[in-house]
Amino acid sequence: MKTDTIAAIATALSDSGIGIVRISGPEAIETADKIFVTKAGRHPLASYETHTIHYGFIADGEDIVDEVMIAVMKAPRSYTMEDTVEINCHGGVLLMQKILELVLKNGARMAEPGEFTKRAFLNGRIDLSRAEAVMDVIHSKNEMALKASVKQLKGSVSEAVRSLREEILYEIAFIESALDDPEHISLDGYTESLSIKVKKIRERLEKLIASADNGKMMKEGINTVIVGKPNAGKSSLLNLLAGEEKAIVTDIAGTTRDALEENIRLHGISLNVIDTAGIRSTEDVVEKIGVERARKYAGEADLLIYVVDASVPLDENDASIMELLKEKKSVILLNKSDLKAVVSEEDLYKQAGLSQDETKLRFIRTSTRENLGIDEFEETVKEMFFHGELQSNDEVMITNLRHKEALEDALNSILMVERSLQDNMPEDFYSIDLMSAYTSLGFIIGEEVGDDLVNEIFSKFCMGK
Amino acid sequence: MEKEKQGDGYRMERNMSQIKEKADVCVIGAGHAGCEAALACARMGLDTVIFTVSVDSIALMPCNPNIGGSSKGHLVREVDALGGEMGKNIDKTFIQSKMLNVSKGPAVHSLRAQADKSEYTKRMRQVLENQENLTIKQAEVCELLAEEIPGEKDADGNPLKRITGVKTFTGTVYEAKAVVLCTGTYLRARCLCGESITYTGPNGLQAANHLTESLEKLGIEMQRFKTGTPARMDKRSIDFSKMEEQFGDEKVVPFSFSTNPEDVQIDQVSCWLTYTNEKTHEIIKANLDRSPIYAGIIEGTGPRYCPSIEDKVVKFSDKPRHQVFLEPEGLYTNEMYVGGMSSSLPEDVQLAMYRTVPGLENCKMVRNAYAIEYDCIKAKQLYPSLEFKNIEGLFSGGQFNGSSGYEEAAAQGLIAGINAARKIQGKEPVVLDRSQAYIGVLIDDLVTKDNREPYRMMTSRAEYRLLLRQDNADLRLRKIGYEVGLISEEEYRHLLEKEKMIREETARLKATPIGASSVTQEFLKEHGSSPLKTGTTLAELMCRPELSYEILAPLDENRKPLPTEVLEQVEIEIKYEGYIIRQQHQVEQYKKMEKKKIPENMDYDDVPSLRLEARQKLKAYRPVSVGQASRISGVSPADVSVLLVYLEHLSYKEGKSKE
Repeated sequence: MKTDTIAAIATALSDSGIGIVRISGPEAIETADKIFVTKAGRHPLASYETHTIHYGFIADGEDIVDEVMIAVMKAPRSYTMEDTVEINCHGGVLLMQKILELVLKNGARMAEPGEFTKRAFLNGRIDLSRAEAVMDVIHSKNEMALKASVKQLKGSVSEAVRSLREEILYEIAFIESALDDPEHISLDGYTESLSIKVKKIRERLEKLIASADNGKMMKEGINTVIVGKPNAGKSSLLNLLAGEEKAIVTDIAGTTRDALEENIRLHGISLNVIDTAGIRSTEDVVEKIGVERARKYAGEADLLIYVVDASVPLDENDASIMELLKEKKSVILLNKSDLKAVVSEEDLYKQAGLSQDETKLRFIRTSTRENLGIDEFEETVKEMFFHGELQSNDEVMITNLRHKEALEDALNSILMVERSLQDNMPEDFYSIDLMSAYTSLGFIIGEEVGDDLVNEIFSKFCMGK
Repeated sequence: MEKEKQGDGYRMERNMSQIKEKADVCVIGAGHAGCEAALACARMGLDTVIFTVSVDSIALMPCNPNIGGSSKGHLVREVDALGGEMGKNIDKTFIQSKMLNVSKGPAVHSLRAQADKSEYTKRMRQVLENQENLTIKQAEVCELLAEEIPGEKDADGNPLKRITGVKTFTGTVYEAKAVVLCTGTYLRARCLCGESITYTGPNGLQAANHLTESLEKLGIEMQRFKTGTPARMDKRSIDFSKMEEQFGDEKVVPFSFSTNPEDVQIDQVSCWLTYTNEKTHEIIKANLDRSPIYAGIIEGTGPRYCPSIEDKVVKFSDKPRHQVFLEPEGLYTNEMYVGGMSSSLPEDVQLAMYRTVPGLENCKMVRNAYAIEYDCIKAKQLYPSLEFKNIEGLFSGGQFNGSSGYEEAAAQGLIAGINAARKIQGKEPVVLDRSQAYIGVLIDDLVTKDNREPYRMMTSRAEYRLLLRQDNADLRLRKIGYEVGLISEEEYRHLLEKEKMIREETARLKATPIGASSVTQEFLKEHGSSPLKTGTTLAELMCRPELSYEILAPLDENRKPLPTEVLEQVEIEIKYEGYIIRQQHQVEQYKKMEKKKIPENMDYDDVPSLRLEARQKLKAYRPVSVGQASRISGVSPADVSVLLVYLEHLSYKEGKSKE
């Protein structure tokens, strides 16, 4: 079966010494050739023996990107049984990303999660009796990627993608309804207005791609969520950590109705901190939604910070919050230590129904009003990170690249539309490219096309006899 | 003496009165699907019986008086290319014809003809009556006869059945090797017009009230759909001076590739355009509560692309007016079809509403508008061959499969008929895929998607439509029609000749150099085209939007006269080559997954790592290929990968057990 050429980073994404970018497929060698130079200049990799390794550089045009060792394995003697090139570069997330991007630009496409394993299997490299394990790998890697994609994409970006898609779909639906029912819907004079719209769509896509380049598309850092009852001092904590007034702080319980998000760096560790509405059973509809969201954010958190107002006794709301802490990395802040404390660590263990011997909760006494205990809190987070309890989400870079690839596909389709418009091609030609753009953008927010177009046609345009 | 003789051999006892007949194929229903199915079977040499509740209603057009239209015209062309009858029949009975979308790309050009309804029916009946191997039988089939196949189970673990025949209401049994269901809108049909409900099929014809029960007993899952039709007016009561006249094309293109174009240059009749207005809409809104749909009496799901005027007024309340087309139903009738104003409102409201339309102020209704509800199946129970997955030898086509439209019906009927015949002949079924034909798209959508409304063909549903043009349906499909046995030797030779001419002329144009001489430059300037920098070819010049084969004649010294149908192909293939090649690449990708077949008895519970939703959907739809699986909503690309790995694993296990 003829296949395309895929690429991915094969080593763990950390700032380690060495990283490997792997390319596999019929054009693997050709692709690597375009970016590999030796001291003596360009040297065709195809001329090397299989299973040899070569010293040289990865170059982006004139610019040298990294000093590398490049291994060439010719089909069928490789993991995937396809032509394979492995670029051993200096580790470092940014560098590997740069090299992978160059590879993608020169003919490969980003491998789907688990695709190397899938190819190895389908090409007979992996013992067929291990099919089950292979299916597991594909399944779990895809699930992870899917979750990561949803979790890591910034809300504003997914909004932008969504509205672009909506606009594109409307235009396709208009064209298609006119093609299907030319006696009811006319396309006279449409091309001019479409040209303007398409230009705007292109500019917005280019802007999104630029933001992907700046790494501004994704949420970065450890996903940290502040939870607690209303008026415990959650928003004050966020403001303290951010060093400015981000959240509105009042004495009124339930002031924060929706979640606030802030990127914060603590001793070089990046935290994506989300301040949530206080959790309590409430009848207020808006507050209720906030509470629901808070629970949802808590479920997705890497690190939970539970802010307890230690000056008032615990109640059933605390029990429900303790429930959220289970199986999560967490720190409990006994706040308002400037007031008389009525809550002890024992009380919290008791409230959660936990035994002190079996479970170890992390407590810090703080006063957000007096700025007490915050240093200790920061120190604790730092320690958790360096002991590996918390990990930075560098896979965000992979998701970012995947999204960028989809955005570029969409942009290419839109450029095709513009060219067809310039060439005065009939509408039915470029509506196909508009559809491709719509499909590509759907990958970013995890949405399929399905019956979208038919539904849009019938809901927006009055068709038929 | 006389009495004795009667008792001897002529007396028929009551309990013995059942007639037993034998046939190869029984086709149930003689609408547009049934006619194609029956003709295909008979022409392929099988002894065929076609059942209809009324012989006078063969190939009836109970709704609009036209054949074709956007993307539907494509279907007719494809049916014709495969050896069906619809195209030939309309070529002989049309009274107006138009090529739609001519200002757009060639892929969406589409033919639509107004039919003389009664002539259309009459001519099709003649074809059926004179077809060798075909018997017409007026009877209501009320039972399907089937037997369990010993030892064989369907995918759900139930015994697999085989069709053995049908039984009519009068008790006659027809044994058959295959049965094709084309019951259209007749199953448990009821027609609604406001508060009054009649339990009939379209046009007051007898409904078929017994078959549904038999189908359900066989384990077939049914659903209920709805559609509707507008009123017919007496032509003499219409004031056409208040309407815009709509003419047919000056030069008519025939539907059938076998029709001589000269034979279709006839005198045509006009259609008429008028509009609804605020007053029409007010009357509708004020009486909505009397519509059976808004009153909740109608349970079936109606089509969104063919909304009643009530629906249009409610859903698009911002539109001040809607188009209304008055279309003749034939040459020898005064009835005019009121296109765009189907309704299920009560008769009195209908009349009041129609009379607000300019030109219809004094209209007299010959037939009122009505909605019709009927039983049909969920088509996921069918293979793409249109055979039922759990009953061998049972096929179905048309509105029974949840589609709508004469053309959609004919297309399915033809394929169902071909495959019923091939089943008996012991041959592989003909399955057209999405890259081969609109018919392929139609059937794949029907059997792969969860259709909640009557399905209509639309050009946007065909993702490879630049390749699936109405002008090249013969090039795409005639060979298949010939292999099946429905295209004659002569028609086939004509096709081969055409292919050869296209090939040679295209090659010649690509090889004809054009130098940047002053004559050429002058010529280009004259036609608003930029001058040449270097030499080029005629083909290259044809790619320029402002130039064409015809315009370039003065630069082409060695041009020989060629048939128009050849030039059309040459022009399209050269002019849009870039786009066409891109679609061909996409088709290659698509075909890979279509080729990966999934075994019929696949146990999805045994596939680890499928997501729950995917597993459920795959079990419900039982796709035949990985490609089809990937188009089921709820099956993700990761599930498809898992499936691929599993299938590889399966074939390994099978290979091992053979060793």
